[in-house]
Amino acid sequence: MNDIGARIIELIAKSKDLPPAGIGPDTTFEELQIDSLDKVNLSFEVEEMFSVEIPDESLNSLKTVGDIVRGVERLVAAKAREQEA
Amino acid sequence: MRVAVTGLGCVTPIGTSVETFQKAMYAGQSGIGPFPREFPGALSPDPGLRYQTLGLVKNFDAASHLSQSVMIVADRSAQMGIVAARQAMEDSGMLSRHEPAATAVITGCACGGRAADEDANRGLYTRNARVPPTAILRTMASSGASHISTEFGITGPVLNIATACASGTHAIGMAFHMVRSGMVSAAIAGGYEAPLTFGFLRAWDSMRVVSPQGCRPFSVDRDGMTLGEGAAMLTLEPLEDALARGARVYAEIVGFGMSSDAHHITQPRAGGAALAITRALEDARHAGIENAASRIGYINAHGTGTAANDATEAEAIHIALGNRAQDVPVGSTKSLTGHSIGATGAIEAVATVLALKNSLLPHTAGVVNVDSALELDVLVNEPRPLNPQRDLALSNSLAFGGLNAVLAFRRLVP
Repeated sequence: MNDIGARIIELIAKSKDLPPAGIGPDTTFEELQIDSLDKVNLSFEVEEMFSVEIPDESLNSLKTVGDIVRGVERLVAAKAREQEA
Repeated sequence: MRVAVTGLGCVTPIGTSVETFQKAMYAGQSGIGPFPREFPGALSPDPGLRYQTLGLVKNFDAASHLSQSVMIVADRSAQMGIVAARQAMEDSGMLSRHEPAATAVITGCACGGRAADEDANRGLYTRNARVPPTAILRTMASSGASHISTEFGITGPVLNIATACASGTHAIGMAFHMVRSGMVSAAIAGGYEAPLTFGFLRAWDSMRVVSPQGCRPFSVDRDGMTLGEGAAMLTLEPLEDALARGARVYAEIVGFGMSSDAHHITQPRAGGAALAITRALEDARHAGIENAASRIGYINAHGTGTAANDATEAEAIHIALGNRAQDVPVGSTKSLTGHSIGATGAIEAVATVLALKNSLLPHTAGVVNVDSALELDVLVNEPRPLNPQRDLALSNSLAFGGLNAVLAFRRLVP
């Protein structure tokens, strides 16, 4: 996993009191017992960390750790393009 | 002992008197609308909120009702509470019979004087400003209860209940049980809340449960709640006393049920709400009511308009009422008033009492396509007459943290 992925996994591991080693892109939120409130909290922390905004629609469709990592990667890349332009 | 509701008062986004509230409620005139996007202390002119609407109380000039000495120490929530209490007291004339020393004031306010708190702290943390001596007094959630007690010389039990979105309903229910048990001779009960500061709005925004354009309870396309403010009060006294003094009786309060989900700080669980409904119906036995479930003609739902609340509340109604659930008209007046947290249950109790008194059920304004998956008879389009064979109505409040409170009222034929 790249830096974004590693940092998000670290956030999740800390909030659920789990070792980061057991969490990968295919780990589902269900397996991690991440409920809707956890998801909103996680998205808030991720938004703060990477200065991005996760839309409500995307948040609802996130099912795995890989989903949120890929989503944040896209948002970070889009923001970088925006700043270049 | 049977307990009557003999006075009503309200300050709400759809009316600052019972008369105007009732008119707007049946006309389906929503008090939810765009709000001025300028907030004291906000660093950006764009508040950065995902939503654009609130249920604000308009045309409420507290200073025209209250003395300057009260205005200085009472926050907007308490100001609304005092005015609503005054309306209810004038409406009932209750203190002509009941000793103030044997009367209770039970209020629901969860957020306290948030605006006063933010004002003081903004100055303190940004420019080391002094904190005014009134800050504590304006911040206390119980200040409204104290002011009501002082205004009417009520020296009996006076307390404020903070159970989030169920506060007002818990307050009325506790007051009802105090009157019924004879612990007090009479009570004034309800709720007040005015929490709509920039900090509060931003905090709710982060939770992602507020509807962008306005709440649509039980709608298939519902997308969240709408925040509001307001106050409402009811006077409660033994039915016998009310009749003896020739008071107007709006309705009888016959049941109160409480429960906790014991589950999650935000996610509701249907079993908890169902238990509160069942307990309210069982409680009605004290008023001589058997088979209460078969007599329910109206449910004023908590109906916030979030996906989770409305689905869970529907499930709770099905659990509690079984195969009767689909035959009971259910509506949410939050599509008119928004969700005023600690006050909302009291405002909805007033709506429920008026619905019984008028035998006319308010519709859930603004809702076109009801979510059929809920399998409920949702009141939409226009007010509907109460089924004359049914004489009971429920008002549900299901708070964050799984705290549930349900009131049951009975229509009294004059």
